[in-house]
Amino acid sequence: MISHLPVLQVIVPLMAAPICLLLKRSQLVWLFSLFASAIAFIISVLLLQQVMTSGVISYELGGWEAPWGIEYRIDQLNAFLLLIISGVSTVVLIAAQTSIEKEIPKEKHTLFYILYLLSLTGMLGIVSTGDAFNVFVFLEISSLSAYALIALGQDRRALWASYQYLIMGTIGATFILIGIGLMYQMTGTLNMQDLSQRLPDVAQTRTVFTAFAFVIVGVCLKLALFPLHLWLPNAYTYAPSIVTAFFAATATKVAIYLLIRFTFTVFGLSFSFTTLPLQELFLLLGLTGIFVASSAAIYQKNVKHVFAYSSIAQVGYIVVGFSTSTITGLTATLLHLFNHALMKSAIFLALGAVVYRLGNVQLSSFNGLGRQMPLTMAAIVIGGLSLIGVPLTVGFVSKWYLLTALLEKGWWPVAILILLGSLLAVIYVWRIVEAAYFKKPLAGSVPVKEAPLFFLIPIWLLITANIYFGIDSRLSLKVASAAAQSLLGVSP
Amino acid sequence: MIIGLYNDWVVVVLMMIGLYIVIAHGNLIKKIVGLAIFQTSVFILYISMAKVEGGSAPILAEGIKQFSNPLPHVLILTAIVVGVATTALGLALVIRINEAYGSIEEEDIQHLDNQTQDETELQATEGEQS
Repeated sequence: MISHLPVLQVIVPLMAAPICLLLKRSQLVWLFSLFASAIAFIISVLLLQQVMTSGVISYELGGWEAPWGIEYRIDQLNAFLLLIISGVSTVVLIAAQTSIEKEIPKEKHTLFYILYLLSLTGMLGIVSTGDAFNVFVFLEISSLSAYALIALGQDRRALWASYQYLIMGTIGATFILIGIGLMYQMTGTLNMQDLSQRLPDVAQTRTVFTAFAFVIVGVCLKLALFPLHLWLPNAYTYAPSIVTAFFAATATKVAIYLLIRFTFTVFGLSFSFTTLPLQELFLLLGLTGIFVASSAAIYQKNVKHVFAYSSIAQVGYIVVGFSTSTITGLTATLLHLFNHALMKSAIFLALGAVVYRLGNVQLSSFNGLGRQMPLTMAAIVIGGLSLIGVPLTVGFVSKWYLLTALLEKGWWPVAILILLGSLLAVIYVWRIVEAAYFKKPLAGSVPVKEAPLFFLIPIWLLITANIYFGIDSRLSLKVASAAAQSLLGVSP
Repeated sequence: MIIGLYNDWVVVVLMMIGLYIVIAHGNLIKKIVGLAIFQTSVFILYISMAKVEGGSAPILAEGIKQFSNPLPHVLILTAIVVGVATTALGLALVIRINEAYGSIEEEDIQHLDNQTQDETELQATEGEQS
């Protein structure tokens, strides 16, 4: 049983999805999905433990040996990502039934859970697999279900957002497919470990350069790096609240994992950063992304839009950490993956609670909500403080490591720009705090009650985790730095 | 040069035609068609790289010594299925968009969206003033 954990991680949600069809009642389907997702979470915890104590796990699918068959390969980085994805998915699912009762028509509830589980399967699959073509297949499983999930939103703009995401996402995935094809043409293998050994021999060819460019652009489309972020704000804003909470914490993270995996493992550090000017490019795009997206967030009237733009800015921080290509920088990047998942899922769940009570998340509807929904608003404030990077929250830990990495490199102008970017976050978070605590409720608006318990439990679970890892970051730091060290080939 | 890389030329030309349609056309169905052409070009890329000169189909039989690489064919079967699923989902979305907006032209939809946005903002400011 234990030896089959890597494949069970993916199979459990995949098999659970069609079983949902047999369970007709939506309450039952919800409990079953929650159960399946919780099992996936337990498996990921076991995998992480196993990896941290005994090193990389390699699983041969169907018993076919590695370069020919498909290999599932779990190292520290994979296990860390698996934990983030399945953890967020489970916590978010607790609130799912309550939220979709208001937002999705009853006959579509079962379909919602099926799509959710398939999307989870896709993301877990992308992370577990060690085969480049398998990545494409899982990428499409998760993306196709994501398009359908976003289209379930109430507003008709959800359809338009989903369509735009479909076009951009498919172009991105097809670019990755082209890149993988060109790599196969040069090396005759699809296994990532095998690729990393064979690519250096043919590295100085135009085909490999082209393959690299296609893969990187495709992945950057998926992770919404500025200026390829245009699909993201509307997709996050008009999707059902649960979907937003899940995707904001996981979808871009998976794409960032792919970026890290392809540049560091498959193509190798020296090729990605020395032969090609990836470092300068990502530093520039990351910084521009931080400023453009944070400034855009300040002017939004819909609070979901505010945090969607803030997600693009956070991708900027992650990419800046990545571009240092040092152990500290990469540790900061990985820490921020984890920390950003914690804060964004909490914030978007809290916004889901606001939608549940008020029916919209326009900034003006937030007036006076601080008194009416104290626990929900407090969660948004703590999440916001974490986005800014205030001490005692996780946001501080990852910003601290990012700044240390930048100063180690001697890039102090970049460090100053990062701090300035955080000030922009202060402004957009403050606008929400001001509305909720210092403005009177709109004339004629009906006072609302605190969010239901099924919202408060997952929101505060995430907020507690946020503060816990903000104070005692040893655990997350240990895993992140182990993953960074293994990526850069330094033995711990 | 041109004849030797005949397949690659076809791939690149098809790819550019597909991408151009996706970018330049405002009609949502035409965009999906463009996307399908774009994906098809990648299928041809994979299939032509599998061809071995003088090789036959990969069958284990007497007299056949050289055969084409079957793996890319299998890979692309998967990609074709994915492509069909994407096209189907895209078209389904276009039907829903047509029901919701009454149009499948990008310009009209964006125009209608801007109107809705203005209305919600107007309501919000009115609420604040009263």
